[in-house]
Amino acid sequence: MSSITRPEVAHLARLARLDLAPEELDHYAEQLDVILQSVARISEVAADDIPPMSHPIPMVNVFRDDVVTPGITRDEALAAAPAQEDDRFRVPRILDEE
Amino acid sequence: MSTQNMTNGEVDVYLDYDEAIGGYDPVIGLETHVELGTNSKMWCGCSTNFGADSNTQVCPVCLGLPGSMPVVNRAAVESTIRIGLALNCTIAEWCRFARKNYFYPDMPKDYQISQYDEPLCFDGYLDVTVETPDGPQVVRVEIERVHMEEDTGKLTHAGGATGRIHGADYSLVDYNRAGIPLIEIVTKPVTGTGRLAPEVARAYVTELRNVIIALVVSDARMEEGSMRCDVNLSIAKPGAEWGTRSETKNVNSLRSVERAVRSEIERQASVLNNGGRIIQETRHFHEDTGRSTSGRSKEQAEDYRYFPEPDLVPVAPSREWVEELRATMPEMPAVKRARLQAEWNINEFELQSLANAGAIELVEATIAAGVDAAAARKWWTGELLRVANETGVELDSLTVTPDDIKQVEALIASGSLNDKLARQVFDGLINGEGTVDEVVAKRGLAVVSDDGALLAAIDEALAASPDVAEKIKSGKIQAAGAIVGAVMKTTKGQADAAKVRTLLLERLGVTE
Ligand SMILES: [Zn+2]
Repeated sequence: MSSITRPEVAHLARLARLDLAPEELDHYAEQLDVILQSVARISEVAADDIPPMSHPIPMVNVFRDDVVTPGITRDEALAAAPAQEDDRFRVPRILDEE
Repeated sequence: MSTQNMTNGEVDVYLDYDEAIGGYDPVIGLETHVELGTNSKMWCGCSTNFGADSNTQVCPVCLGLPGSMPVVNRAAVESTIRIGLALNCTIAEWCRFARKNYFYPDMPKDYQISQYDEPLCFDGYLDVTVETPDGPQVVRVEIERVHMEEDTGKLTHAGGATGRIHGADYSLVDYNRAGIPLIEIVTKPVTGTGRLAPEVARAYVTELRNVIIALVVSDARMEEGSMRCDVNLSIAKPGAEWGTRSETKNVNSLRSVERAVRSEIERQASVLNNGGRIIQETRHFHEDTGRSTSGRSKEQAEDYRYFPEPDLVPVAPSREWVEELRATMPEMPAVKRARLQAEWNINEFELQSLANAGAIELVEATIAAGVDAAAARKWWTGELLRVANETGVELDSLTVTPDDIKQVEALIASGSLNDKLARQVFDGLINGEGTVDEVVAKRGLAVVSDDGALLAAIDEALAASPDVAEKIKSGKIQAAGAIVGAVMKTTKGQADAAKVRTLLLERLGVTE
């Protein structure tokens, strides 16, 4: 039995703009549960004497050369957008100031 | 003083600057964003070309699509370190990127990758010069940090009446700009500038722009948005604790930096003198009115929930790398200005007018070609600048080269051209009539040095004005100018005026 409920998954799905079928809600509830349990285990061992880390592998300076490489086409970019207009992504009215 | 709306701290009428600055000391802070001129974006290989069709320079990384991974552009890091070195900063030995979380559709990821408490460069300064009634004064502006981040997409608000965000029905987003390397340069609070605060702010942004351009890391065009400035400002009674600060955005020219500081000092002093209080807010500057209007209130501190960016590893520039970059540093603009003033024997004002004319490099190249400094300056800022202004082109797009000037100057030195004829040579060069020699030949430009021809012209002029001839003979030598002028006219300027004068006086038997 998952500790994450179906309504919680449905809520997350809505926030993430994911259209999930009812049977998928159960599926993802189980998966999210595993993730939460893993994180909980980390919380158990985390102590003041263990410094926080931002990356699992201690490496630095991973760079790319300043070279232009092909991206994707405009049609591909806009294909998944809920709305588009005039070659741009159309987004709902924004109430907050710029 | 007229009415005031106490709820938003606005006043209808501002104190004038002298009144405002008389009662308060300002503290300013400047945040400048510079778009780097790299070929590709900060985290992906998309092009950074300006003006491309909407959403044609995008990929899964800069669109924030699931599963895409950013990789840091080495050139962007190098440019940032070079900016840091130019601003006398310490370069971090180890620093990370951070996610700045916010929900606004200009960033498709819903966060901007930036740097938070670990900037790549920190603790620097930039010395700037401002003019005061007592002469030039150097002010040291301390730099808090220089950090790396990414630019956002471009929003266009559609519907509604004004095209502004209020009243817009929806917005359209172009992500071509999203992910272009952006550098933020933040000053420490600048205090003690008193009434010079507006000039200091402008001088700082001007000099910062000079440095950026000298480093060739960005074109730093404020009108096009590749360099943008936010002005933080507070005022307080002398000796009192600092006041609440406002942040003015949308300051899009060097002149506006100065105006924005001045106007904000006037506004805050007016509010305080009316018993109001300054609220912490973002304000928007308007070029047309020179005033700002209130934007978003920041009384509730924004929580961007910064955390280290897990998709990127730290940047740890070795000291060897930093020294390699230091070796690529050009002469800094202030040093160069001092050197040119000394070498060319001109003052700061004269150098500034050369800079304004876009003539410094041209004059340098002309001197390097072997022309005397004064002559090089004379041609570029005189005749050539006049033609450039008349035809509405930049000085460096005229078809006159430093070598052309060298040839013309050689012809003047040998006596075969004078300044007036030289101007005709330049006219021919600009009209595409060929090389200096070709223009001289085609237009038949040469100083008439044949004494016989000159004497004939002098006799003709004297015959035409016997009264003038009598005046000169009677000792009124200043009257000679009229005859010399007439001779120059008949020879179409192709005579040496001094020589004509000498011949004329000899002819009349008059000595000076
Ligand atoms: Zn991209």
